[in-house]
Amino acid sequence: MTSTTRTHLDQLENQSIFIFREAYHAFKNIAMPWSMGKDSNVLIWLARKSFFGKVPFPLLHIDTTYEFPEMLKFREWATKHYNLNLIVKINTEARERGIGYETHDPVTVTHELKTVALQQVLAEYKWDALITGIRRDEDPTRAKERYFSARNAQFEWDYKDQPPEFWGQFATSSAKGEHVRVQPLLDWTEVDVWRYIQRENIPIPQMYFSRNGKRFRSLGCSPITHPKDNRAGWPRAGPS
Amino acid sequence: MTQEAYSVPGIRVPVSAAAVPLKVVFVGHVDHGKSTLIGRILHDTDSLPEGKIDMVKKACAAEGMEFEFAFVLDALLEEQKQNVTIDTTQIPFRTARRNYVIIDAPGHKEFLKNMITGASRADAAILVIAANEGVREQSRRHAYLLGLLGIRQILVVVNKMDLANYSEKRFSEIESEYKNFLVGLSLEARAFIPASARQGENVASRSEKIAWYHGPTLLEALDLLEVRKADVDLPLRFCVQDVYRFDERRIVAGRIETGTLRVGDELVFSPANKSSMVASIERWNAPGDGAAIAGDSIGITLSEQIFIERGYVASHETDTPIETNRFHADLFWIVREPLRVGRPYNLRLATQEVKCQIVSIEQVMNSSTLETKIDKHEQLERNDVGRLMIETRGPLVIDNHDRIPNLGRFVIVDDDEICGGGTISGGVYTDRSVAKSQNIFWSEGKITAGERALRSGHRGAVVWFTGLSGAGKSTIAQALERELFNRAMQTYVLDGDNVRHGLNANLGFAPEDRVENIRRVSEVARLMADAGAVVITAFISPYRVDRRRAREIALEGNVEFIEVFVDAPLDVCETRDPKNLYKKARAGEIREFTGIDAPYEAPKDAEIVVHTDRQSVDESVATILEQLLPRLKADEPDD
Repeated sequence: MTSTTRTHLDQLENQSIFIFREAYHAFKNIAMPWSMGKDSNVLIWLARKSFFGKVPFPLLHIDTTYEFPEMLKFREWATKHYNLNLIVKINTEARERGIGYETHDPVTVTHELKTVALQQVLAEYKWDALITGIRRDEDPTRAKERYFSARNAQFEWDYKDQPPEFWGQFATSSAKGEHVRVQPLLDWTEVDVWRYIQRENIPIPQMYFSRNGKRFRSLGCSPITHPKDNRAGWPRAGPS
Repeated sequence: MTQEAYSVPGIRVPVSAAAVPLKVVFVGHVDHGKSTLIGRILHDTDSLPEGKIDMVKKACAAEGMEFEFAFVLDALLEEQKQNVTIDTTQIPFRTARRNYVIIDAPGHKEFLKNMITGASRADAAILVIAANEGVREQSRRHAYLLGLLGIRQILVVVNKMDLANYSEKRFSEIESEYKNFLVGLSLEARAFIPASARQGENVASRSEKIAWYHGPTLLEALDLLEVRKADVDLPLRFCVQDVYRFDERRIVAGRIETGTLRVGDELVFSPANKSSMVASIERWNAPGDGAAIAGDSIGITLSEQIFIERGYVASHETDTPIETNRFHADLFWIVREPLRVGRPYNLRLATQEVKCQIVSIEQVMNSSTLETKIDKHEQLERNDVGRLMIETRGPLVIDNHDRIPNLGRFVIVDDDEICGGGTISGGVYTDRSVAKSQNIFWSEGKITAGERALRSGHRGAVVWFTGLSGAGKSTIAQALERELFNRAMQTYVLDGDNVRHGLNANLGFAPEDRVENIRRVSEVARLMADAGAVVITAFISPYRVDRRRAREIALEGNVEFIEVFVDAPLDVCETRDPKNLYKKARAGEIREFTGIDAPYEAPKDAEIVVHTDRQSVDESVATILEQLLPRLKADEPDD
């Protein structure tokens, strides 16, 4: 860090830290969803960068009860290793009603065990803001996102009427029933995320890496997530 | 399980994305061909996913529409239906020289917020003017905003030359008209390029139909531009975001907006004008302790403990920013509700946030025609640009925009919505004699504490000092009062000097008189705090029961009570003995003197404790401020 130039990754990191600190200042009651996926592990890393090793707000895992055992093991390890304040939310009510991949279609199950579970936990903890790992390159509609992006009580995002965002000033309010999504990875691409994981040596679940030519590009519920052919040839855990 | 189990021994990922991309925004009047130009660039640089063009062609055929390059961009179904790009999108492409990210800014008038959002991130702008229609309203307004947003690399593409018969005369007319307009904004385009996006003329390849033109093609011109450099060579401005105490370290966290910061630098923090030396630069999991430069998000620790809070700006002593509460600014307004003179707004500049009001609007200009409206102005309409005098309630740390852009620009916030942005020029120092409040909005009925707090920007409170004679209560109380006053807060010290002579002139030093003295002080303090002041009392008040009563009186009036124990050992106080009272007490000239022949009951749970035997006056005040200021914050009305 002695030179007078910064790489693209340095710039992205600096911007993300700035956003983390602005969010931590602006919102009294804030949490960070954690899927244990690569992006959310990068988020934890950037939070520790921002707050000098500490993650000063709770992490939230929406546990569908269909998690890969490997992921749960990682959750346990990271919670201890990072000294995280972890809140695990399961929509037990839906599970008790018998909602599950064995008997229902994936859309229903995902809605109940993820979206409804998030609504329930939001109602319980009344967070003003959630820090998420949305990136602009994920989907064309994401390109229109802001760093601070309000969601109404139904989690809807009015992309047609968004406040302007410039000069490092963000819309930091959340009306009643709304919460703000804070998105420190907005400017990152998938390649940036991988390069950063490599540079910083960020622990991630090993399921991401190529095994027998197949890998998981994203990690969801075990019954509906399958490894893809690793056509791109990366990322790959190489020999040390 | 160890960390190694989850580490990544060597992920192999493409390195092509390593370089910093040049971010370029496309602006210009609606339908002048921005989206088509972007589609053309993506096509000609081979940046589109395989099959994308065919897919869009098929979709067009199905809808009975002619294929357009612009459709390639219209990722949202809704956009395709309306044939309008609705918001900023980002698309990468690359030339042989480097990577680019396109920020597509919409041309429709109502989408100004998005245009500003997109353009503020850009390194350069391509301003598109259709040759057939020529310079239009948004051609001009967008240039104005580019200037205000600080974008200096502008390429003008005179598009749709195919619809103007590739006429050199038509091109020259537009070039000359628009060049003149830009001069009025102190802007200069790097190039004027006659082109046709639809036909692919002068975009990636040189046009034979426009043989009279000898300048660069659009891609050639782009490759000559530079990524915006961080302002490393400007004076240091380190803007404090927060002060963290997660462990034993007290870390001042923030971003370096401009300049360079090194360990050992002597920093001046504005607006407090307190100095301290950088003891360390803190980064987590980063190598070294090297210099931090513009753009870096860092933390620092200081060699002296001075009070610092969010909003403070650190600079080097040799080049400090302006501290003022009145300044001139050029402001553009982007929301429907007009900006009004005299109405209170919030102003945010870097990490500072203060209440402000517009003192006067000296000039209003249409951002498209640059036409000045000369009548008397009480408000600024959407899309207008005004030259204003702004006054803030507390001191604001600023720079002139042409010197240090990041500290010379601000946004106006109303009801938590960003309504406009401005740039500061000709920064002036406070002239409080001219400052007077106007157009204050009264509401009906009893004035609540919340309303008072909102007006003054802080809540009232009783700050109750207790401690031995000679511990430093009055000295620290006065220093604290000065600090609060300098923050434009309402504050007042009640001490023996101003109470004993009037209000309590009939009281002596008998035990019952002492009790009555403290009771009256408690009541007066509570009334003044209820009126909105931060009242600092400086009495020995040796008995716990009296201090508890003072607290109860305050709390009955819904006033916050903060007990400050000004602690120093008796022998230290006795050595100081500023009024020779200890001497007299030892000599028996005074009876029942606290600490000598009357007890002092030290507080067990004071909110704040300072140790004046170990802390200087400044350090004591810093300790108090650190804990006091957060308690005085005015709640937002909807809380």
